[in-house]
Amino acid sequence: MDRSNRHQARWFIVGGLALLTGGVAGAQTAQELHLRSLAATCANCHGTEGRAVPGTDLPSLAQLPREYIVAQMQAFRDGKRPATVMHQLAKGYSNQQIDALAGYFAGLK
Amino acid sequence: MKRREVIQSLLAGSAVAGLGGCAAMGATPSSAKVVVVGGGYGGATTAKYVRMLSDYSIDVVLIEPESRFVSCPMSNLVVGGVKQLADITSPYDALKSRHGVTIVRDRVASVDIQKKTVTLATGSSIRYDKLVLAPGVDLQFDRVQGLGPAQASGRILQAWKAGPETAALFRQIQAMRDGGVFAIAIPEAPYRCPPGPYERVSLVAAYLKKNKPRSKVLILDANQDVTSKGTLFKKAWSELYPGMVEFRGQHKAVAVDAQALTVKFELQEDVTADVLNLLPPMRAADLVVQTGLANANGRWSLVDFRSFESTAAPDVHVIGDSIQVAPQMPKSGHMANSQAKVAAAAIVAALKDLAPNPQPMLTNTCYSFVSPEEAIHVASVHEYVAAEKTFKPVAGSGGVSAARSELEATYATGWARNIWADTLG
Repeated sequence: MDRSNRHQARWFIVGGLALLTGGVAGAQTAQELHLRSLAATCANCHGTEGRAVPGTDLPSLAQLPREYIVAQMQAFRDGKRPATVMHQLAKGYSNQQIDALAGYFAGLK
Repeated sequence: MKRREVIQSLLAGSAVAGLGGCAAMGATPSSAKVVVVGGGYGGATTAKYVRMLSDYSIDVVLIEPESRFVSCPMSNLVVGGVKQLADITSPYDALKSRHGVTIVRDRVASVDIQKKTVTLATGSSIRYDKLVLAPGVDLQFDRVQGLGPAQASGRILQAWKAGPETAALFRQIQAMRDGGVFAIAIPEAPYRCPPGPYERVSLVAAYLKKNKPRSKVLILDANQDVTSKGTLFKKAWSELYPGMVEFRGQHKAVAVDAQALTVKFELQEDVTADVLNLLPPMRAADLVVQTGLANANGRWSLVDFRSFESTAAPDVHVIGDSIQVAPQMPKSGHMANSQAKVAAAAIVAALKDLAPNPQPMLTNTCYSFVSPEEAIHVASVHEYVAAEKTFKPVAGSGGVSAARSELEATYATGWARNIWADTLG
């Protein structure tokens, strides 16, 4: 089984989930917590909750369109978009993870 | 008002009440759901993310003796005279004001894992439900004969924990004669920040080339070869600082003569320098050892990688440079920040009775400046492999720079500003 399918069973998170993060404190589900934790692996460089420090030459991810994020990550992985480091990092995430992350960042308020 | 602010303002009152009304005026609370020891990349990030990921419903106390955060990453730019200490120093204020973390400025004297309390150097105790230890490494000065007193007198510096020594080492280099020798002694891996010594060499060489061009930089490495980004570093040294940098492998320092600035080695001949930067072997911080958690050769702490909970004590999590690492997992600030988020999510899940994450992920990106203008990196993505109960790099991911570049130096600076904000902001 290749990486793109490996976590299909676990990463069943859909775009609507991001909306749930706007819910009442204490009401989050385990899947929601896991997604926020996964998204936090981007925050070291792209800012907490996808908001990069202005003027740092690193793009914010919050509110980028979902399709755009998925396409860029795919382009990094395929080598179609030149990069210094993102092509190496993008290859560490499965299609399902990228889809879930894209939904999360697109859905941030 | 943003959601976070609404929640914070709602919780502000209850947080104070939950701490027995003594949270004001910097008084030490008697208990907290989560107590974090150490305000570095690991500890500060854990404190912030437990608050965030619990939607500000779990109270967190962070115990840190220093008043401000001084970054080890980027500190070699201070050693090389490119930046000032102030440029790599950040306040802890936002952890309190934006995230509601209670900060206690103190040292932890001891941990009682049965009673689930930490006792502070000033005497009071704090009870915890979950404890996170992120105290970093301690340098084992006693492993190199004569180094303890030489270090205490300021004659031989480590400058490996960023702070006043970082600036003091630059002053030593500044005062060195043209034609002198700057020597750095590197311990056997594992140690904090694998590429750090070689970045330091590069930036010291850049300074000397410009200001004292007849000088030499000598690398006395206990390891056989450069332990990180070796090809890229060696290329930079030969192209940018020809004839200036010399690498000597299998040089394990065992003693120093502080007056003469001479190092003695296990096997090789003595070396005398004009400025000697000696990095001794490192291990988990004393607190981890004293608490009985250094259960990997008495040196590092074994953890359950799903949560970074110690295998020696329930409800005690150890993160950052103190742990026995998984394969190809560096002791880096970025890695500590990544581990902190996995630990924070696991702690929130446990306290909220939510299912733990079956497949946590970690990333690492370490930039190194090879000159004030150009940088290189090593990057990796790690996934938890349940069958082997460890993190492993995801096959096909990660790697090093194709070549050193000014663009990577820009990203290195951007990385620093963003990870400082992610850790503290």
